[in-house]
Order: sequence, then structure tokens, then C-alpha cells
Amino acid sequence: MNELLLPHEAEVAECVRESPTVFTLRLRFRDSVRHGRYRFAPGQFNMLYLYGVGEVPISIVSDPLDDTLFDHTIRAVGRVTRGLAQLRAGDRLGIRGPYGRGWPLPQAQGRDVMIITGGLGCAPAVSVINYVMRRRENFGELIIMQGVKHADDLIWAERYRRWSTLAHTQVLVAADVGSALWPWHVGHVTDLFARARIDAHKSIVMMCGPEGMMRIAADLLRARGVSESAIWLSMERSMQCAVGHCGHCQIGGKFVCTDGPVFNYAEIRDLLSVRGL
Amino acid sequence: METGFLPRGRFQELLAVLHRSGYRCLGPQVRDGAIVYAAISVAEDLPRGARDHQAAGHYRIEQTASPRYFGWANGPQALKPLVFAPQEVLWRARRQADGGLELHQEMPPAERLAVIGVRACDLAALALQDRHFLGAAGDDPHYAARRAELFLVAVHCSDPSDVCFCVSTGDGPQASSGFDLALCELDSGFIVESGSDRGAVVAAELKLEAVGADARAAAARQADAARTRQHRSLPGRDLRAVLFANLEHPRWGEVAGRCLACGNCTSVCPTCFCHASVETPALDGGASVHARAWDSCFSQGHSYIHGLTVRSDTRTRYRQWLTHKLGSWHGQFGRSGCVGCGRCISWCPVGIDITEEAAAVCTGAADE
Ligand code: SF4
Ligand code: SF4
Ligand code: FES
Repeated sequence: MNELLLPHEAEVAECVRESPTVFTLRLRFRDSVRHGRYRFAPGQFNMLYLYGVGEVPISIVSDPLDDTLFDHTIRAVGRVTRGLAQLRAGDRLGIRGPYGRGWPLPQAQGRDVMIITGGLGCAPAVSVINYVMRRRENFGELIIMQGVKHADDLIWAERYRRWSTLAHTQVLVAADVGSALWPWHVGHVTDLFARARIDAHKSIVMMCGPEGMMRIAADLLRARGVSESAIWLSMERSMQCAVGHCGHCQIGGKFVCTDGPVFNYAEIRDLLSVRGL
Repeated sequence: METGFLPRGRFQELLAVLHRSGYRCLGPQVRDGAIVYAAISVAEDLPRGARDHQAAGHYRIEQTASPRYFGWANGPQALKPLVFAPQEVLWRARRQADGGLELHQEMPPAERLAVIGVRACDLAALALQDRHFLGAAGDDPHYAARRAELFLVAVHCSDPSDVCFCVSTGDGPQASSGFDLALCELDSGFIVESGSDRGAVVAAELKLEAVGADARAAAARQADAARTRQHRSLPGRDLRAVLFANLEHPRWGEVAGRCLACGNCTSVCPTCFCHASVETPALDGGASVHARAWDSCFSQGHSYIHGLTVRSDTRTRYRQWLTHKLGSWHGQFGRSGCVGCGRCISWCPVGIDITEEAAAVCTGAADE
């Protein structure tokens, strides 16, 4: 039988607290055959079903070659995600996926990779940072630019500090509002461009975050000579079905769940600049 | 393919053949002042002599002395509720004693349904819904199950209403494909065409008479008249470029001042497909039902993502409705999402007319 919309039982192997509101669920399907067959690409997402509450789309942050567990880093902001935050090892939930188009990682091989994120904890970018870090020799320079509203919003501060000490890696972090011991820039993430060592012809850029930020970043990149076709972004919209049927995720004529969530800048440029589309 | 003539007095035989073939028949009836599809068993159930008067924000049925069963244009329903149910259970979750979760898909009851009196615009809309729900992303199992057993008896429109503009969209008033049988109603009876193998089987059982030259001439005159009496039209078939070039047109703000954002237009529109997930836990906590229900881009929740409503006002919601329906459908489905049925015009409580709004935005007509 065709079971397009049916979730499958999965189990929490571990729940990791990342910050007071952010947590990572490490999961496996209960059916080991299903688990063994499960494949995804960074930038894709699953629908997570919390019993009695409903479904949410969440990006997959673990490594596609790790076949023991798959991970979701989640911010508790709504009814379903606050409920998911209560889950403990051994608890069950429903999973269907993976869905959507992920990051263009095959095209990024051998090139400088620039990852730009803004706003609150951006899981789609985390998946690509993890991916590149594990295969560092396959890529050129790595530039990580991360903007947060408040210094306290930066989770994994320790990881950022460690990455910043690596060769061929530039880490630039900004907080709109700093704190006493904030070692990074105070201001907007787009201020960081002046310091980024961008080789326009070797770079591929992957961004996620608020649309206004991505638009400004894209303009700055274009001004630095980066071509549109080298700029990719992950869009966010309400997603209820994930299979292109429910209509909630539409932006212009695109279905973010199936055409995206990762888009090439040229595909989405004209839609990005219109408010309320 | 034309198969013959069914005199008016023998219409009951069509219902009988369908019943014998295992179909439950739905046909037009007047209920609460409007034409709706409901179960019929005898020809007398049909709305003989009924005429609909439609205008912006207006729908009324008049009873006339005409012998015709199908001398009206349409009612608020098309085929949409029969295939894409207004509310449908998709699956159920059950919690076991050990904390395990059992997830079961629930399918609609299998039923062979024949619908009598389907309009050309309804067929065009159904073809679009087929493309959507049976499209690239995979077949929706619930839609597919309801769709598979549908037998469609179209009736060419002889009396389009005042709000119909299917000539302008290219979808009517004559049904040209997508039916099992199509009827052309004349005072004396029906010219029958079959459009599928199973339609041909039913037609063969009817032992139809030959179509006379008079009947054929009357049918042609009637089709011409139906075409020429339509006076509304859209400013073009593909408005995508011009709509997306006018996303900041002042008309969007102007129409938002009249629009109640009630969502009547999207629920009567035979092509709108938006739906929301609805989770209903049982009171004893042992089970939970996951359903979907029609949603509208006019609703507050439609574009909500944790803390942010992307389309926060009526201006951006009306713009979504029109730019999607008449614009971005072209990219998604290769044609406009409007089949010219006029329903959104009649059933709008304040009488907003999609053809007028499209013209105002697309032709740069004055926004006052
Ligand atoms: S937009 Fe209006 S006229 Fe067009 S198909 Fe939908 S309801 Fe009918
Ligand atoms: S977005 Fe609006 S116009 Fe488009 S299908 Fe959904 S309800 Fe209809
Ligand atoms: S999430 Fe339902 S159409 Fe994209």
C-alpha cells in the first residue's frame, strides 16, 4: 500500500541539552531494516511526530555516513518542539522523511566553502559545517560567519573557538548585543564581510537565516564578485505535509518542501526581496 | 464519441444501468436554496426546471416550467469534496503499554460513485487536482482511492450563469475530455457521447436511438448561445509575468479594504488544494487521530512559522490568492488555476470579482 504520509516508529537514543532552549535528539528507527535503508543528504529534513500533539519539520544535522543514529538539533519554540524537549532515551516518536533538496555538496568539492548564518540556531548550516569538518581535505578554505541576536544565543561557543584555531579556516561571529566576555564582534553579521577572505572565483556560499539578512549578504557577495550560481540558501516556511500537497510552504510558485528547502540564489532572488510573499 | 440519443422519458434507464453496474449515483438537487450533488435514485430527484441567478455576492434559484434537468450553471460544490475530502483521517497512532507507538494508515471506504451533471469547468478543475495530488511528489493515497472509482457523467452547459467565464479560460461550456459519458440536454432528450471504455459499456446497455438532424442542429445552436452569452473574461491566459511585476500595485491594498478574508472563495474554488494537519488525541490518552482539513491562504495560520506570520495582513493574503491562482500555477501545473466557474464571485459575501481585480492589477487600470 502507498503510505506517503505515514510516519514510522523511532526511538530516542539520547537527548543532549545544548542550551536552555536548544536540544539534540539522537534517533533510530525501531525497525532495523528501515533504519538500515534510511539515507539522507545534509540540508534535508524529516517530519517528527510527537504523539497526541502533531508533526514538525526539522533539519537533519548528523553525518549522512553515520548509520548508527540520525540527529535533530531543535529549538523549543512551539507546542510540538516544547513537547519534543521532554523526550528522554527510550521514548518513542514518529518519523517520516527525508524530504526536500539538500545542500549542493558534490559541487562544493575542492572549492572554498563559505557558510553564513543569522538569527537563532540554524540547524541546516550546522549539518554542512559538520560535513565539511569531517572531510576537511576535500575542500579549500572554510569561512564560517555566524550572527546571533544576543551573545547568550550562541550555542557551541567552544566548537567555534576550536574551529577558529584550525588552518585554512576563518571563523567570524557577531552578536547584535554582546556580553561582558564576548570575544567576537558586536554588531550585525553582515559587518563581518569586510574581514572575510573571499576568493570570489573559488567560493561556494551556503546561507540560512532571516530573509533580510540573506538578501543583504547576497548583495555583498555579488559586490565581491561571487557569481549568483555559487550562492545557495535554505528557506523557511510553514511545512505541514512535506510532499508538495498542503500548500503552506509556497513562496511565489515554489514549494519549499520539495523544490527546496535549499535554493540557488538565482531561483529565488526576485521572491526574496518582496515582503509577505 | 457520439453514441446516440436518449429520449427524456428514458432518463431513468441511465440511472438503472449505473445502479446495476454497482455505482451509487450522485446528482444535482436543490438544497437550502442552492444546487448541490446528493444521492439520487430516480430521475424525479433531479432539479427539473431549476434556474440559477448568479451575480457578484449573489446566488438564487428560480423554479421555471422548463422540462430540463440541467438548465442551470453550477452550485457551490464542484467535484472537489468527493475526491479531496473537506476533512479526512490520514492515520491513527496508538500508544502501547510499553510506551511503543503503533501507526496505522486509515483509508476511505471503497465506494463506486457515479456523478451525474458534471460541468466542463468541474472536469477541468478535476484534471488540475489530479495533477496536484497524483503528481511528481507521489500519489496521495486517499485522493487516489476516492478518484479511482469515480464515474463521471458530464452535461454540456446550456445556460451559463452571469458570473461564468469558462470561455475566457478555455475550459467550457462544452465538456471535451475527462468524462465517462457526456450529455447534451435538449427539450426532447439527450445526445450521449462516451469518453472512456467504461462509458461506452454503459452507453451500449442503453440501446440508444439514432441522433436526428434536428437534434444535432439544436445542440449546435445551444452551444453557440452558451458561449456568446458569457460577458466576463480574464485579461489573458497567462498572467504570471504581469502579476509578479505588480506585487506592489496599490490595488492590493484597495481590495484588502473590502475583503473580509473569510476564505469562502478558496473553499468554493474547485482547484484550491491547501489543507492543514489536525491532530485529535482521544480523551483516554490511548490513541490519537491525524487528519487533514481544508485550509485557506486567507487564514491567519496558513503562513505561520514559530512566532512569525509571513502573510500578516489581508493585502498580502489576497495577493497570494490571486498571484497563485492566476500566476504561479503556470509554473507548477503548466496552466492557470482558474477554470472560469465564477463560484468565488457569487459566494463572496462582499461581491469581489476576480476578473475585475485581475484586470485592475494587470492592465494598470485605475485603482480608484
Ligand atoms: S478562481 Fe473563482 S472562477 Fe476561477 S476556478 Fe476558482 S472559484 Fe472558479
Ligand atoms: S495558496 Fe490560496 S489560492 Fe493557492 S491553492 Fe492554497 S488556498 Fe488556493
Ligand atoms: S509542506 Fe505541504 S506543500 Fe510544502
